[in-house]
Amino acid sequence: MKALCEKYAAKLAAQGLAPATGKDAPLVGGLDAELVWNRQDSRIDVLTGLFSRLSINSLVFVRPAEPYRTILDFLAARNPDGIRPEDTETRTFLHDIPVCPEFSTQAMAAELMRRKVIVVPGQGVVACGTVTPEQGFVSVSSAIFSTFVLFFSDYLNRARNITLDDDYIDIFSQVVRRLPEPRTDLPGFAPGPFTEEESVVTAMAEAGRKVVDFGLVDSFFGNISYKLDDTVYISQTGSSLDELEGCIDPCPMDGSTTNGLTASSELSAHEDVYRRSAYGCILHGHPKFSVIMSMDCDRDNCPNRGHCHVHCTECRTVDGVPIVPGEVGTGPTGLCHTLPPAMTQNGAAIVHGHGLFTAGKDDFNDPFARLMEIENRCRNLYFERLSQYV
Amino acid sequence: MGECYGRTGTVLHIDLTSGTATTEHPDEVVYERFLGGRGLAGYYLRPFADREYTNPRLPLLIFTGPLTGTNSPTSGRGTILSRSPLTGAVCDGSIGGGLPTRLKKAGYDGLVITGRAAAPCGIEINDSDVRVVETSLWGKDTDAVLYALEQRLPEDTSLACIGPAAENGSPLASVAVDHRHGGVRGGLGLVWAAKNLKYLTVRGTQEVRVHAPAALEEANEAIVRLTMASPVLMGGYGFSHLGTNALFDLINSRRMLPTDNFRKTHFNQGSEVNAAALAKLYKPRDHGCLGCHIRCRKIALDGRSLPGFETMAHFTANVGNADPEAAMEAADLCGRLGLDPISAASTLGCLREITGKDYTDKTLLSRLRAMAEGGDQAGGALSLARSCGRPEAAMTVKGLELPAFDPRGGYGLALAYAVSTRGGCHQRAYPISHEVLRKPVATDRFTFSGKARIIKLAEDTIAACDSMNACRLIFLAAGLEEYAKALTAVTGRDWSVQSLLEVGERTTVNERRMNAGNGFGAADDDLPERFFTEPGTSGGGVDVPPIDREEFLKARHNYYAVRGLDENGAPTAKTLQRLGLDR
Repeated sequence: MKALCEKYAAKLAAQGLAPATGKDAPLVGGLDAELVWNRQDSRIDVLTGLFSRLSINSLVFVRPAEPYRTILDFLAARNPDGIRPEDTETRTFLHDIPVCPEFSTQAMAAELMRRKVIVVPGQGVVACGTVTPEQGFVSVSSAIFSTFVLFFSDYLNRARNITLDDDYIDIFSQVVRRLPEPRTDLPGFAPGPFTEEESVVTAMAEAGRKVVDFGLVDSFFGNISYKLDDTVYISQTGSSLDELEGCIDPCPMDGSTTNGLTASSELSAHEDVYRRSAYGCILHGHPKFSVIMSMDCDRDNCPNRGHCHVHCTECRTVDGVPIVPGEVGTGPTGLCHTLPPAMTQNGAAIVHGHGLFTAGKDDFNDPFARLMEIENRCRNLYFERLSQYV
Repeated sequence: MGECYGRTGTVLHIDLTSGTATTEHPDEVVYERFLGGRGLAGYYLRPFADREYTNPRLPLLIFTGPLTGTNSPTSGRGTILSRSPLTGAVCDGSIGGGLPTRLKKAGYDGLVITGRAAAPCGIEINDSDVRVVETSLWGKDTDAVLYALEQRLPEDTSLACIGPAAENGSPLASVAVDHRHGGVRGGLGLVWAAKNLKYLTVRGTQEVRVHAPAALEEANEAIVRLTMASPVLMGGYGFSHLGTNALFDLINSRRMLPTDNFRKTHFNQGSEVNAAALAKLYKPRDHGCLGCHIRCRKIALDGRSLPGFETMAHFTANVGNADPEAAMEAADLCGRLGLDPISAASTLGCLREITGKDYTDKTLLSRLRAMAEGGDQAGGALSLARSCGRPEAAMTVKGLELPAFDPRGGYGLALAYAVSTRGGCHQRAYPISHEVLRKPVATDRFTFSGKARIIKLAEDTIAACDSMNACRLIFLAAGLEEYAKALTAVTGRDWSVQSLLEVGERTTVNERRMNAGNGFGAADDDLPERFFTEPGTSGGGVDVPPIDREEFLKARHNYYAVRGLDENGAPTAKTLQRLGLDR
């Protein structure tokens, strides 16, 4: 258990969500017969109390790194009854993020007895799990991602509607100053086409690692696939994109086996793209500004407002890249219905409030380059659009 | 008594000896502590848990939960519970179809059936009209009984009955609910037979009151959205499309498919009997319990139900049969005879190992018929193996035959099997979810590290699910966080993940307490020796060694500590007091 605690503390730091060392380094606790922590800290007494009050086996506490710390504290102060993320995937899995007024065992237990992740203003994010510390890691990472998206989306909306206040303007400017520079270098992947399973899996694992390294996905969400003959190799559901070895399912497109039961929830969408086009591989990440721009719309009086992620009927694009509605999975409003036709025409598409898909022919060089290029374009576009209002 | 939301506030007691029915209105605190379904049924079993199944005072309990009959997703579930004639342990079955919903709509949270009728009888409930009637259907198979009842009863009536296996005294006897929605193990059908009860019909026309319909709708949306995002439930290869037999390839490829009575863990002819093969052969349509959008039941063009994964795997790999039609026929025959197909197939696997004789499609069916007639194998695998002087060939825990997941392929599964209150059952903690299906996150399936608490918490979660009642499968996507909101909306009481887990813990410890009272101890919380001494079938990059016994015992010790049990697996006085079970 201690090894798992250390692993997820290190992953939080590696993603830039928290410092690796010092007093703000992540605290991760795991309980089987005995409670263990990844490191010692004066706050462990309070956090240990949560294990006594809650039926959990793991807990993650993070004082986020900047600019996330400022964003979280700002949103928590403005939304004391809870922060409601607007990106589709986080809304699906987290619903909303309760705000706990104080860092005390009693107060935090009162919130965590209902929810898997909470924000404590001025302190950090706390998340718990009943299986492994990975649950807390995912919840914390998702909370940080979704509040980042919410903060920038809300700011742009307010700028457009002339409802910005001085405090928001000041905080926004602090946050923007702390944004990392966009990456423009490319990793350079092995050239395809790949003709046997081993090289496919190796190429996918390498692409997955780079998607994470370049900050194009939150926690581990996202997926990758490659079509070899009539079999789609795809990352497993809930797999960590930087640890894909052993987590790739071969799924014959004739449906002759159901090994794909553990495949990504987007397998159907990937398969349909391959059926409709000559593409041979797909990358899917959650780059932040692509998600933010996919949700930006000035049609306040649209009858679908509030349900854009499933009902938007407009032909929206970002520099020619289509934005389509669709929820995770294969339901009647699932992205499996909307994404494939859009991808077929453009080789890339953004799913509203969710993430960016890019396709390539033989290897991951083109889709990765496109993923990064579209994200950087969305980032520029965000500030261009903002400049129209402020 | 306060206003009743999500419950009727009424439990119906039926005494078959006198043929009388009386109503009881349990105190609110009983509902708070045990909720409904499995939890509440366990509460009613407790005072009589030491009775043999032949004792008329042993109650047969059929309970609904507070979500049953509402439009909460997958809430058309209920519980049948009593003491198992097969194992002597507490045993429950989660039932679906329409019966639980209709029982609730008839005005009852549950049925407590005691006594023994002088002659074979049926119970017929039509809202407040409750009748115990003599029947001439004794001796008929379950299809014949249900079709006969369907002819004379309104279409919106639900039906349950036993078959010849129960009448002939087999402790493998199951219960047919709305034809193939039973899934009741542990020989609970024999409890019906011991009471001379052949069938139950229920028709209910009332509405279940919901405290906050708008809040329930919001909770439902969150639950449905999560299921739509679940590849296991709703994906192209998921249960919704292919039934639970979608697990076949996955479990086989993970080298944990019981083959040849658990002597191997990989079936080379899997592609002949997997979900894709069945879909091609039988072109099934979807079918589901009332209130379910997953619809995991699959019905062939000829009207037969396609077997679920556990039944299909055991009637193929575990008995050395690669003919899907033979497995279909065997499963269908079990349904008609009222036999638990998992235990029946496992017993046949045990017999095949002992005799060394393979089955043909004919001998497979003839053995099942003999089993239902009270033959040598009617007592189950353990009884058979003991009678042959080969007890090691029985793949059972606490006398209940193991389902189609080999514990050498998942150490959480191994622990869960061993400590399950009803014996060889994977559904008490369903570790397949994280050890194979990666939900909510993946765990290393070849380690016991961390598994003691994981299993304890999962047992509590599933016990809470069984007490609300929702379908266990939906917990592969949604969780107590979402269901607590639904339950709060339905009942008007403030439920949280934590308070639901406390109900689940109380339910599980109550069962442990009853089992301890009937002599179950640490020696019963164990696995067949084979799993500690023989490897599984390694290959495909997967090594399947025997389970390290010392590691297993250490994990079990940790489980006892986490669960608040003494070294013999019985709840400590402190645990009972903490959960309010000491009075």
